[in-house]
Amino acid sequence: MRSGTSGQIGWSGDWEPQMNQVLAGLAEGFEDVTFSQSLGQDIASVPTDSWKAFAEAAKKAGFEVCCDVTAVDWMRQRPERFEIVANLLSMRHRIRLRVSTTIGREDPTVESLTPLWPGAGFAEREVYDMFGIIFDGHPDLTRILMPDDWDGHPLRKDFGVGSVPVQFKESHKVD
Amino acid sequence: MADETTIDSANETPETVDLWVAGTEEAEFQPTTEGDQEIGSAESKERLAEQFGSVVEDDYVFDDEVADDDRMIVNMGPQHPSTHGVLRLQIELEGEIIRRTKPIIGYLHTGMEKTAEQLTFGQGPTNVTRMDYLAPLHCELAYSLAVESLLGIEVPERAAAIRILMTELNRISSHLVALATNGMDIGALSMMLYGFRERESILAFFEKTTGLRMNHNYIRPGGVAADLAPGWKDDVSAILADLPGRLDQYDDLLKENPIWLARTRGVGVISQEEAIAFSITGPILRATGVDWDLRKVFPYSGIEKYEFEVITGENGDVYDRYRVRVLEIVESLKIVEQVMNAMPKGDYRVDDRKVTPPPRARIDESMEALIHHFKLFTEGFKVPPGETYVAVESPRGELGCYLVSDGKANPYRMHTRAPSFYNLQSLPITMADSLMADTVATIASMDPVMGDVDR
Repeated sequence: MRSGTSGQIGWSGDWEPQMNQVLAGLAEGFEDVTFSQSLGQDIASVPTDSWKAFAEAAKKAGFEVCCDVTAVDWMRQRPERFEIVANLLSMRHRIRLRVSTTIGREDPTVESLTPLWPGAGFAEREVYDMFGIIFDGHPDLTRILMPDDWDGHPLRKDFGVGSVPVQFKESHKVD
Repeated sequence: MADETTIDSANETPETVDLWVAGTEEAEFQPTTEGDQEIGSAESKERLAEQFGSVVEDDYVFDDEVADDDRMIVNMGPQHPSTHGVLRLQIELEGEIIRRTKPIIGYLHTGMEKTAEQLTFGQGPTNVTRMDYLAPLHCELAYSLAVESLLGIEVPERAAAIRILMTELNRISSHLVALATNGMDIGALSMMLYGFRERESILAFFEKTTGLRMNHNYIRPGGVAADLAPGWKDDVSAILADLPGRLDQYDDLLKENPIWLARTRGVGVISQEEAIAFSITGPILRATGVDWDLRKVFPYSGIEKYEFEVITGENGDVYDRYRVRVLEIVESLKIVEQVMNAMPKGDYRVDDRKVTPPPRARIDESMEALIHHFKLFTEGFKVPPGETYVAVESPRGELGCYLVSDGKANPYRMHTRAPSFYNLQSLPITMADSLMADTVATIASMDPVMGDVDR
């Protein structure tokens, strides 16, 4: 058992902040990707067509971990209803990048990131389950948290809350 | 006549009213085949590459000569006591050897992310604290840090120090449960009793400070709910004095125990590449030798002020995970001692009446304080629009909170990056080609908390 190593990956390895260089390298070849910052966190807004291509470039640029994939439902607030957000992490450069894309309600389909990061598999199943977004190329896109025969996608904004019939509510009340 | 009416009613298609998804198109429904005793389609090269990632080499050669009779699919769970909650596994066996595994989750899903959208930002911690019920304070901390990052407020030094004190104690108590259950699952039953005994002393301190043993709702946006109880230093000192000796006892019990070594060495191995490809964080990643700890890399709540080491293993097996957890308890004890000795004086919550309620005494004197109190507890405070992702190092790995606000008093979207959810995903490759008898050891060393997995 050791404490602290000088491996290539990890906090005690050689490291210098390279966010700008990494982002500049990423921006090349993706003119339609806009980079912005929110509260000091870097965000890349990607068109849906280049979603996977950009992710592939990001992986090559050093983002070896896909921390998280999630979605936001902007119903009646934005023209494109769903926003898919992937949280990428580079252990090598010690930086995070949030990649987002928007898709409309008519055809909520994006390419799956699972071939790049197998760790995105469960997360994409969760987004499919909760928002009904189809991930093209996912090996096993099925419901993961809700029952298989569930109707609808609970985290959509037009899915009601608190009205599931309660079993046994007609039973005798204890005074 | 009677016949006609029946024919009419049969031809009429009843108008179905979908209460749940009014106004949305159904996405293509794809039922799983989990009920049919089937893990997935037959293994093809493409499917394997997708499942395992391009960096991972699969050395298992699927033997076509094995008759179907020799393969068997066994269901484990969801009520199996050693699956740490309601985890269900479908395991394809070839004799005693596991060929494929499929974890099936969702039995504890309670829709907490949906609930969070209904609760105000101030009520949020009561919700998130129930996610990872063995590390509730970490969940509250991640959520509170996310809210504070949107609000743009800094908590006082004392509040930050109390947060570190409490979360590090929570890490110790959570790791103790991990050791205890890990021991119990492999047959070291005395470890179970010892682990829970030591955890009890920490939970007693939590109860004294927060009022509850679990589900504390103690760390809130703007600070903590209450100051440390009088005499807290004595309690923490007692824990600090007690635990190192107890850890030595555990080492006597397990560290070089031949049975323990035989059951854990080389079992449930996961490599660095696999761990990174499967987004694994926390002790499981560190046991593979990657010294990745968010407390060092992206420090929060002033944890960079305290000295501690990042513990790493070498082999990434069950034994290394066990050692990493034991040594992390020692490191957490170091942090707790430093926080206790350097506890800053001052307020335990931010002095912003739009976020934290006024002191009880002020309500009797000041009309403004009364209004603030009333507004905070009826409609809550509004948070400026924006989105943020904040992560803390929970005992299980990176616990992140992705929070989107649209300027109202409750979150527009709250998503938790649950570490157990991602760690569990690696079970198929961790357990592939291992013995059925090692299943339980592997699951226990993953330390999954189903409340965290399903949320």
